[in-house]
Amino acid sequence: MKGSTLIAPVLSAPANSVCAHCGETLRGASQTRFCCSGCASAYAIIGAAGLGSFYHRLEQSRAHRPEPIETDYAGHVRSRGRDECELDLLVDGLDCAACVWLIESLLARNQAIIKARVNLSTRRLALRWRGPASDANAHVGLVAALGFRPVPYDATAAAAGEDREVRALLRCVAVAGFAAANVMLLSVAIWSGHDGSMGDATRTLFHWLSAAIALPAVAYAGRPFFASAVSALKAGRTNMDVPISIGVTLACVVSLHEAWIGGRHAYFDSAITLLFFLLIGRTLDRRARGRARDAVRSLLALTKSSARVIDADGTIASRRTETLAPGDLLLVAAGERLAADGVVSEGRSALDAALVSGESLPQSVEPGTPVFAGMVNLGAPIRVRVTACGDRTLLAQIVRLVEAAEHGRSRFVALADRVARAYAPVVHITALLTFIGWTLLGDLAWDRALLIATSVLIITCPCALALAVPVVQVVASTRLLRSGVLLLSPTALERFAEIDYVVLDKTGTLTLGRPDLVGVVPAETLQRAAAIAANSRHPLARALVRAAGGAAPAAGVVEHAGRGLECGTARLGSAAFCDVEATAEDGYSELWFAEPGQSPVRFVFTDRLRPDAAATVSALRDFGLTIEVLSGDRATAVAQAARDCGVAQCQAEATPTGKVTRLADLEAEGRRVLMVGDGLNDAPALAAAHASISPSSAAEATQNAADAVFQGDALHALTETLVVARQAARLAGQNLILALLYNLCAVPLAIAGEVTPLIAAIAMSSSSLLVIGNALRLSPGRPRAPVT
Amino acid sequence: MDSLLILVPAALLLGLTALAAFLWALRNGQYDDPAGAAGRILFDDD
Repeated sequence: MKGSTLIAPVLSAPANSVCAHCGETLRGASQTRFCCSGCASAYAIIGAAGLGSFYHRLEQSRAHRPEPIETDYAGHVRSRGRDECELDLLVDGLDCAACVWLIESLLARNQAIIKARVNLSTRRLALRWRGPASDANAHVGLVAALGFRPVPYDATAAAAGEDREVRALLRCVAVAGFAAANVMLLSVAIWSGHDGSMGDATRTLFHWLSAAIALPAVAYAGRPFFASAVSALKAGRTNMDVPISIGVTLACVVSLHEAWIGGRHAYFDSAITLLFFLLIGRTLDRRARGRARDAVRSLLALTKSSARVIDADGTIASRRTETLAPGDLLLVAAGERLAADGVVSEGRSALDAALVSGESLPQSVEPGTPVFAGMVNLGAPIRVRVTACGDRTLLAQIVRLVEAAEHGRSRFVALADRVARAYAPVVHITALLTFIGWTLLGDLAWDRALLIATSVLIITCPCALALAVPVVQVVASTRLLRSGVLLLSPTALERFAEIDYVVLDKTGTLTLGRPDLVGVVPAETLQRAAAIAANSRHPLARALVRAAGGAAPAAGVVEHAGRGLECGTARLGSAAFCDVEATAEDGYSELWFAEPGQSPVRFVFTDRLRPDAAATVSALRDFGLTIEVLSGDRATAVAQAARDCGVAQCQAEATPTGKVTRLADLEAEGRRVLMVGDGLNDAPALAAAHASISPSSAAEATQNAADAVFQGDALHALTETLVVARQAARLAGQNLILALLYNLCAVPLAIAGEVTPLIAAIAMSSSSLLVIGNALRLSPGRPRAPVT
Repeated sequence: MDSLLILVPAALLLGLTALAAFLWALRNGQYDDPAGAAGRILFDDD
């Protein structure tokens, strides 16, 4: 029950036939707005408490649930040993433990199923059963029948690698934490014994004990840093891990020497605590990044599908899109997305090319028309002969443009790395000068001087510096994740903060990417037209049905692809189809409805703006940003949308290359451009821009090209991203200054040889806590739109 | 000082036990699905 209500397509269903509280379809009595009295009282309580915006939020988070696609699950099955099969699925609509129980219990009733385990955190279902691979469809069908939407999820090698990396880091954190706690226990005893209450022999014993704990732990937990430092040095660069590695290693070696000669100070505790803090920072960072990437992978899995191929002998088989070859004959049913470039060989229909070209009006096709992967068939089934695969598809060309554009952006260096590049040499030279100074001028034995030089390295060891930026980024990306924004690039936040110019795409970005009826039409006429329209999948017909609040499909309707619908003597379609003289182009899409004995009625549609498009544009302008609309759509439609949301500057009919050129021009003027777009035609521009973001309804290649993806119907995610990015940049700057100030105070002490292990421990912990505390100021006060 | 010979190994032993327990939990997949595990405790399967 829970599951089926959760995935009910609230927005696309007519508003008056679903329960106002839970979204369940109403049956029977139509005068009530609720499915049961429980829902009615829940609705009343929520309303009385002034929390009515709950329903608004609910709709926002459900708006982009895609509609089911037909998939042949058998193609994704892995065979395991003798007649055992395995399948990994991503289950959309899975939100609570009750769903987990329902799915697992239902599947477990089937004797053939050996394992059915749902992971609620990742929304994945691992399925294993005895029997042929073709059983997959039956098993998965059971889950689908519950109202969930299962999609094949092929865990990639890259994902497994990241998982392993986070696990390895966690193990390192555990080992370092254990060692740090125990060494510190011994160190506290040593420090409190410095007044003479501890004998030399006991102190030396404690030093050796510390060494026995710390050395293996450093060797184990330090590997991530050592490996990264070595690879950086091999490439002729230095990074933050170089001073860390040198500092920790030197501290261990010098302390070992101190223990050997029975000296007073050993830095084992500093070395291992340093590693512990740094490992925490690194683990948090990798985890947040992994989570964002995981979410995107889930989004992409939802858009994948298989194609139906007609073999030479006329049989129809489902095949995965990767295995298609030129010359294959595809059967593309109504509502299906094209999996490859090709030429229509049979049938007439209208294709939605919004994702490919940004064109908001469907394009009619007939045998011989070239069609491209990503287009959606809206009318009658067509057969398409595949012409291009691999490098020759339009998609591949766009991907190449994206790669070329990304190449330019890889020159951007993250703030922390920029600081590290300047910082590391300074640290090393200071330590070296300290060593030389004490041996030559201070007449100190080499091992005393090395001890002081080591304390300089430990104090400057960028504990605060290495935490300063990552902690801010983790807090910021967590906050954005809660508002439905996923960051895909590690340097995205910094680049978002530098933006001073925004370029918006129109179709699907500024607008919702679907037509809606505008203007007033008599209700009865609308109902009659909607009944005819209910037979078609054409976006205008669907918009008509949506506007009428749902309609039962009329019988005896014939669809003339690309022209209109005919029901007896009534006709619904283009002006020519209804024998009406075409009106002047006014930027609207239109449908004519002609009934015998009545004057024809014109329905006008427009691609409605996202609900907060105008508000977002004015908010962005308040940030001091210049805004421009750049679209591949017709000039009238673009100008209209730009006017409606208050953007003065707009450019229409831009090709993918044209968009990149425009961005390059802006970049040449010294602008830092944020590109917002969703179409495949935007992908190269997204990659070329200084920073980019796209809605989660965008095409796969587009999402890969963007720096961030936002979910839901509302555009305010854009302002939220910029606010958080700017705040994060400010906090990161503050943190760096704090870390620098701390170094300015502590380094002279260290050079003077005054920093004992006790002072080092206090200084290190306090500066790290200060930096973390400052970063936490960015945590969300209140979560905005819920994330699905 | 004799107490040290007992207390220090005891402290280390306790720490090592905790470390071993954590590593076991990590390897065992106890941290794979924190959200699901919280709910599973409520299933009263027979």
